[in-house]
Amino acid sequence: MSRNVKSCLIWAFVGLMLAVMYIPILILIIYSFTGAKALGVWSGFSFELYADLFTNESILGAFKNSFILAFVSAALATILGTTAAIGIFHMKKWRKSASNFIANITMENAEIVTGVTFMMFFLALRLPYGWATLIIAHTMITTPYVILSVTPKLSQLNPNLYEAGLDLGASPMRSVFTVIVPQLIPGMLSGFVMAFTLSFDDFIVSKFVNGSVETIPVYLYNALAKRGADPTLRALSSVLFIAVLTVLIALNVVSAKRKKKAQKASA
Amino acid sequence: MESNVENLINATTGEQPGAEEKAPRKTKLKIRGMKRSAFAMPYLALSIVFVIVPLFIMLYYAFTDGDGNASVANFVHFFVRPNIMAVMGKSFLIALLTTAVCLVLAFPLALALSSTTLNKKFILVMLFVLPMWINSLLRTYAVKIVLYMLEISNAWVAVTIGMVYDFFPFMLLPLYSVLSGMDRSLIEASQDLGASPLKTVFKVQLPLSLPGIVSGVLMVFMPTVSTFAISDVLGDTSTYMFGNIINQWFANSGGWNIGSAYSLLLLILIAATVILANKITKGQAEVGGVL
Repeated sequence: MSRNVKSCLIWAFVGLMLAVMYIPILILIIYSFTGAKALGVWSGFSFELYADLFTNESILGAFKNSFILAFVSAALATILGTTAAIGIFHMKKWRKSASNFIANITMENAEIVTGVTFMMFFLALRLPYGWATLIIAHTMITTPYVILSVTPKLSQLNPNLYEAGLDLGASPMRSVFTVIVPQLIPGMLSGFVMAFTLSFDDFIVSKFVNGSVETIPVYLYNALAKRGADPTLRALSSVLFIAVLTVLIALNVVSAKRKKKAQKASA
Repeated sequence: MESNVENLINATTGEQPGAEEKAPRKTKLKIRGMKRSAFAMPYLALSIVFVIVPLFIMLYYAFTDGDGNASVANFVHFFVRPNIMAVMGKSFLIALLTTAVCLVLAFPLALALSSTTLNKKFILVMLFVLPMWINSLLRTYAVKIVLYMLEISNAWVAVTIGMVYDFFPFMLLPLYSVLSGMDRSLIEASQDLGASPLKTVFKVQLPLSLPGIVSGVLMVFMPTVSTFAISDVLGDTSTYMFGNIINQWFANSGGWNIGSAYSLLLLILIAATVILANKITKGQAEVGGVL
């Protein structure tokens, strides 16, 4: 097989897979510009669904709830995860493996099992399902991901910095917070973004502990599985698709450029 | 070359804390009040309260009946009901099928993306992996519209297509990272020794990507078994997954004991697969080390 034919085949295959991946999303977006109730029916171009979307009180409310929940739990997870990463990094032997095991539980476990254990636990505590239970649950399931993104930064750190802080008279607390933590900020930021996204995306755990607080994924699940698809969902999905894709592409392109610059600088 | 040297330096400095914290340093740190490992305490304490204690509560529910008396009836319930065993079997079948289809599609794609032709193009890889970050309900909804337009109404087919579509990036990512990290000279060596491209794939690249395959299979199989949303949206009661059954038992307050028993079975299954996968990848890493 000649080289040209081979690379043509490779491009064709990759292109086909990309098309399969994105055509459903594209179709959804196209059909969000028509008001037809039934799926796959085109009844003329209109912004009707978008007008419905931005006047729908329960969707707007769910949006607000999702944002607040994701922000608060990601902030808490960043604090907990960073301190945990510093601690675990300086542990030895069985303490370290035991701590890593604990941090892995919620990551490896099926989300539905995590969800039901939270539900039973909060009932046993007599804690009513709602904001408090949602924030606790989301913080606990997102913290391990912050640990994962902070730990590599710790291993890149000069190990003498902390002791230099101590030698210059800082207390251990102060040495960690004024010397170590500022150097971890890139890892903390990416941990925060990850925790925010995971929390914003979660519906399995939320579904079991949300009480009457509806988040966007819970709204989507209820709308899709129970209420039968309401056409406004097409507009909502399109907005979410485009928002998520734009943010992700921007983040990735920026970090790729930064990497290239760093490589050039070091070369 | 220079970055390699840098990595080496980083690696050696990174190892220093272990070597340095000998007796004198340790006493010094203790005099100063607290160890850095204490910083993990808030998280670990919260984890014990909010993650480990709830698991024990699940154990309690699983081994008691509705009145709080000890019993194993909840597990017996599982093993004496042929219809529930059948659902379990079917959900494993769907999960296996999904995993197999994902693997068969993702491996050649990962090969193509890491080949010299595409030269590990960042933007292409990114486009394939991005959907991972989009809510799976949204992607399932997009699939639903396409299936509706293609007039595919068979619940099994619909659910399997939906699962493959949703979990495909989770198979692709580990495969790609193994294949793109593979030493190119291994492939060249195989070709120099007269192997056809196909033979190189099956005798060199496939066996060496076993760790990636294992983690990809794990990342697709486990969520497929335990999901309930995809079959809620695309299927009907004939495509109930194990997750659907658990979800149903917990939907009414009388079913928590049996639901807990089922969750415990799922948890054991997950633990077993994780341990097995760790063993496989560990052995593989040693072989790789010899190479």
